[in-house]
Amino acid sequence: MTQPIQIHSDAPSRPPGLRGVAADFSSDQRSFKTASWGKAMMWIFLLSDTFVFGCFLIAYMTARMSTPVAWPNPSEVFALHIAGQDVPLILIAIMTFVLISSSGTMAMAVNFGYRRERGKTAGLMLATALLGAGFVGMQAFEWTKLITEGVRPWENPWGAAQFGSTFFMITGFHGTHVTIGVIFLLIVARKVWRGDFDVERRGFFTSRKGQYEAVEIMGLYWHFVDLVWVFIFAFFYLW
Amino acid sequence: MVDSPAGSAGIVPPAEVAEMELYHPKSWWTRYVFSQDAKIIAVQYAVTATSIGLVALVLSWLMRLQLAFPGYFAFIDADHYYQFITMHGMIMVVYLLTALFLGGFGNYLIPLMVGARDMVFPYANMLSYWIYLLAVLILAAGFFAPGGPTGAGWTLYPPQAVLSGTPGGQNWGIVLMLSSLIVFIIGFTMGGLNYVVTVLQGRARGMTLMRMPLTVWGIFTATVMALLAFPALFVASVMMLFDRLLGTSFFMPAIVEMGTQLQHDGGSPILFQHLFWFFGHPEVYIVALPAFGIVSDLISTHARKNIFGYRMMVWAILIIAALSFVVWAHHMYVSGMNPAFGFFFATTTLIIAVPTAIKVYNWVLTLWRGNIHLTLPMLFALAFIVTFVNGGLTGLFLGNVVVDVPLSDTMFVVAHFHMVMGVAPILVVFGAIHHWYPKVTGRMLNETLGHIHFWITFLGAYAIFFPMHYLGLLGVPRRYYEMGETSFVPPSAHSLNIFITVMALIVGAAQIVFLLNLVWSLFKGKAAGGNPWRATTLEWQTPETPPAHGNWGKDLPVVYRWAYDYSVPGAAEDFIPQTQPATDGITREVKR
Repeated sequence: MTQPIQIHSDAPSRPPGLRGVAADFSSDQRSFKTASWGKAMMWIFLLSDTFVFGCFLIAYMTARMSTPVAWPNPSEVFALHIAGQDVPLILIAIMTFVLISSSGTMAMAVNFGYRRERGKTAGLMLATALLGAGFVGMQAFEWTKLITEGVRPWENPWGAAQFGSTFFMITGFHGTHVTIGVIFLLIVARKVWRGDFDVERRGFFTSRKGQYEAVEIMGLYWHFVDLVWVFIFAFFYLW
Repeated sequence: MVDSPAGSAGIVPPAEVAEMELYHPKSWWTRYVFSQDAKIIAVQYAVTATSIGLVALVLSWLMRLQLAFPGYFAFIDADHYYQFITMHGMIMVVYLLTALFLGGFGNYLIPLMVGARDMVFPYANMLSYWIYLLAVLILAAGFFAPGGPTGAGWTLYPPQAVLSGTPGGQNWGIVLMLSSLIVFIIGFTMGGLNYVVTVLQGRARGMTLMRMPLTVWGIFTATVMALLAFPALFVASVMMLFDRLLGTSFFMPAIVEMGTQLQHDGGSPILFQHLFWFFGHPEVYIVALPAFGIVSDLISTHARKNIFGYRMMVWAILIIAALSFVVWAHHMYVSGMNPAFGFFFATTTLIIAVPTAIKVYNWVLTLWRGNIHLTLPMLFALAFIVTFVNGGLTGLFLGNVVVDVPLSDTMFVVAHFHMVMGVAPILVVFGAIHHWYPKVTGRMLNETLGHIHFWITFLGAYAIFFPMHYLGLLGVPRRYYEMGETSFVPPSAHSLNIFITVMALIVGAAQIVFLLNLVWSLFKGKAAGGNPWRATTLEWQTPETPPAHGNWGKDLPVVYRWAYDYSVPGAAEDFIPQTQPATDGITREVKR
């Protein structure tokens, strides 16, 4: 098997166990030795964004538990009338499937990005963007259906008014995240396709050298948006 | 990878990161206005924050005039009074203190103190400032909007915040306030990510976490807290904006207003309070932790002694930060929430006193047998300790449910939070400006003007806020436009109110002396040289003063020791810069 690699043999050895982890974390220059600045920033941003979505969801749960009027039944509200019968949660199942699939294509794009395969990376990112756009499109369809049925942010025909408020607010906020993601996927895909990251072409705004890492950072954001959707799906549609 | 304990023959690991790509400005506009240099952005932040802070200062004058001479000034009616209170509070807490400590001091000091050329994302850093400026302008637009700014109180409690009885409730006021907060949070996030990543990933060779000056620790921890606490305010603002504009009922229960049943139904006002204070309490420490950090460095430098218990100070900062996320409901003892919560939140609140007391003891023990130079930064630091202890002790009163309930919504609360998170951090701001002004401008501030400003501000602040404790114990309520016929308030309370107002006018006017000093010294101040305080930290070791673009000239600094090697026995001078190799083992750094 592989031999342990000796790094900087003249330096004092790292203490074992947890103390070693602490020594590593608090050592000079970088706390996360393998994370670039961009990746570290995205992780911390996502942590902050987690709190945003967490607050939204907790507020929604509080509202749902404390309304004096009964909450509408999600299996009926989100059912589609197909071939003469109501199929509960069918649209949302497809939407979730599409979004989770897009995480798969994104992960493959990151992989091919690090192999410097421009065509495949750009193609897979494009596929991810298409799936994302499909998700937003289906969400628009769902919104339209509910709006034509009389759901408004301030009222709905079936029960607590907070149903419409929280639904439009949270899915809207998530949909905005997906839309922003799609836009940036297209921008990064274009850069990959044009070979910007191979020649380290400088960014228009930041004037920093382009790196394939941008694909991975994009991926972090995209997986996060998917993960958040799983929670929204569970708390909104399955509860 | 490589650990480099102090004194181990100065082994410094090799550079792990390539040199930073700096954006080099080509014109006056990109150099001084749309600058990506953290030092310029810091000054922009500081000037903007101070300007809007002066507006808030004038508002406090107007409030005090009304309290001392009710009805004498015709233009201060009840609506205006509430608008003044609201804008004063929100500006001071968010747009002045948060922006000044994190955007101002954070931007200037973090890259210099950790030995970086700039923040890691200069472009996002620049955007952060311009979005902050936009937020300030939206906020200020409230003064000119129909109906004026919101008068909901700085806590913006619903349902009153969006009802027609509150100034700006059914007008522009509350909409502008909430929009401004949302914009502020977006802008802050861009800056905040910069500060955090710069500290975590952008340090110089040899600058381990446990060698960072406490200033950096304070600002860093506060920024992390802000990134986790502001989301709650963001969410609350968005939801209330929808309540106001779309007619949703997130925070609005069924209400009959002037005989009319409103459209709202089924919302929870308490939910807003929980969201607001989940932001609001950490916010107190977002302001306090940078002050803690800065004051530690001021005391150590000007007492020529290493900080007492450095590691304990770092841990205290981190523990305070963690605890402050589980105490928010101590602002809500009288809100009608489940009384069992009160017990939990009172307990966590009182536990915070432990790490805080550790910090105070360590400051005092740093001073003990130190070579104390009573320079202005030191005077302000000493004033801070005294004021912070005063405000902190009344915090222990208010943290207990049974003591808080009668004191709630009285002037006692006003006195408490002004001492602890108003006066105390502002004193640190002044001390810090006196300390770092020579680095920013290359000139010293004038000492005579400084002393005049210090003594009036320090003693005056006590004259203003000490009597308020007494008023609060008498039961004088806060936020009241006027007393009216109140049997339990003796006439002497009124003369006390006049005294407080006169002192507030004097202290407010004394700030002009400080502003004058800033401007005068910029042109006429004594030349400072690179290291006038003979300090150890990196920002004083720059090749140029004020530091040039890129901070360090050709080579990045290498750090060999901690930030507190003052008066080390055997050393030639009473300070050893962090950049000086520790090959001879002369250091006070704690070895693991």
